Amino acid sequence: MTPETLEGTPVELDAEGFFLRPEQWTRDMADAIARENGIAELTDRHWTVIDFMRTTYLDTGSAPSIRSLGKLSGVPIKELYGLFPKGPAKLAAKIAGIPKPRGCI
Amino acid sequence: MSRRIVILGGGTGGTLAANRLRRVCGADVEIIVVDRDDRHVYQPGLLFVPFGLAEPEEIVRSRRAQLHDGVDFRLAEVEHVDAPASTVHLAGGETIAYDVLVVASGAALLPEETEGLGGAGWGQEVFTFFELESATALAAALAELDRGRLVVNPVDMPIKCPVAPLEFCFLADWYLRERGVRDAVQITYVTSLDAAFTKPVASAHLAGLLAAKGIALETEFATGQVDGAQGRLVSYDDREVPFDLLVSIPLHGGPAHVGRSPGLGDELGFVATDPHTLQARVAPNVFALGDATNLPTSKAGSVTHFEGDTLVANIAHHLAGEPLEPSFDGHSNCFIETGFHKALLIDFNYDVEPLPGRFPEPHLGPLALLKESRMNHMAKLAFQWMYWHVLLPGRDLPGISPQLQLAGKDLSQLPTLQGGPR
Repeated sequence: MTPETLEGTPVELDAEGFFLRPEQWTRDMADAIARENGIAELTDRHWTVIDFMRTTYLDTGSAPSIRSLGKLSGVPIKELYGLFPKGPAKLAAKIAGIPKPRGCI
Repeated sequence: MSRRIVILGGGTGGTLAANRLRRVCGADVEIIVVDRDDRHVYQPGLLFVPFGLAEPEEIVRSRRAQLHDGVDFRLAEVEHVDAPASTVHLAGGETIAYDVLVVASGAALLPEETEGLGGAGWGQEVFTFFELESATALAAALAELDRGRLVVNPVDMPIKCPVAPLEFCFLADWYLRERGVRDAVQITYVTSLDAAFTKPVASAHLAGLLAAKGIALETEFATGQVDGAQGRLVSYDDREVPFDLLVSIPLHGGPAHVGRSPGLGDELGFVATDPHTLQARVAPNVFALGDATNLPTSKAGSVTHFEGDTLVANIAHHLAGEPLEPSFDGHSNCFIETGFHKALLIDFNYDVEPLPGRFPEPHLGPLALLKESRMNHMAKLAFQWMYWHVLLPGRDLPGISPQLQLAGKDLSQLPTLQGGPR
């Protein structure tokens, strides 16, 4: 666990910068996390994905996969890669303040 | 008054559920298993077929022959389930009413969801070992491979037996060494995940396994297109991986009939299922087990076997009007073949990741967890006999509990907080 401060508030992050306690996240923190990860500005399309990620995690306890995002969030997979380069599910989870999605091995 | 349990699927889950239910339910309960064919494939054997370590006919038996007396087997295609009416609709128009439904139809391979997969090059340079026909054809292609680029690519999770593609890489390394052509063949494992092993403790123990065997690793590769004609994988973010021989594990979805059944499935067609009781979300008299569920654990025979206890107990509770037991913990237990007559073993559940230790007897074993050994390999081979003679008939495996046991595991490496499966 790495103690950090975001927008003046202490938060608990894992070694890769994912939130360990989603309740510590605020919307104001998302811009700062995005900038740290190479996204200059969050657009409405980014927020569509971030809100979907967060709602799904809080409802189900699991982060949605890229396939689920592509089918349910209203943002096609190709566009997801434009919005969140390299790993949309992972990067969107980090910005949305939820724990890192993990495989099962 | 007679009651009827209908089980969709005569694979691992459907068979062991039918046989266990037959044992615990009285003669007033009718049990019907529905499947579209009478070929029960021992799926762990599919990994061995491409290397000539198992013959196709060795791993297929009759579905009907695995079912106890007093279980009816119906050869039919399921059209859809009408959960509010407690009715299964079969292709051709016939219907079967049920008191309890069990969905155990497994997962479907969906090559058509990836552009180009199943098209140009399929059966020549592009194969999968996740179904018998292609695994058999792959054996012939591997036997002729003496140079070039062998690429193994699970397109995305979830897939059945998530370790199987890695096992394929390890066995391919061994097989090509035995043939004396390993130096001329580059093996690359291409994954959508950010590492070969993503659970922290397993990753710390096993991350070096690929490098030690000279297997290249390409991570966070989201396959958008398989170009069989040009011999290349193309990702959604326009990266390319060239291949001479591709072993693809196509996207998986739930059974087709689940997608046609209102309210039964999730966005990928897997049955929306309570992770602890195995009751489907759609109706209280519908249950699910095995690869067909959307549970956040591995899609594997061991999981299905462990689910059997909870499923049968809860169907009995449901029929008696009693509350269900939330007793399934996501327990999964997987052998990982690493070649050269050795294997690893991992044992985990929803909350506890794979850890080092001994299994099944704490501190005694004889099997080692997260560590290569010949004994693990012997156990994996012995499991085939256990599958047909112990697991499918619905008997317990000696010394192995349906719930994960922490005794004998090195708990000092916990805890980790997990964000759920990918």
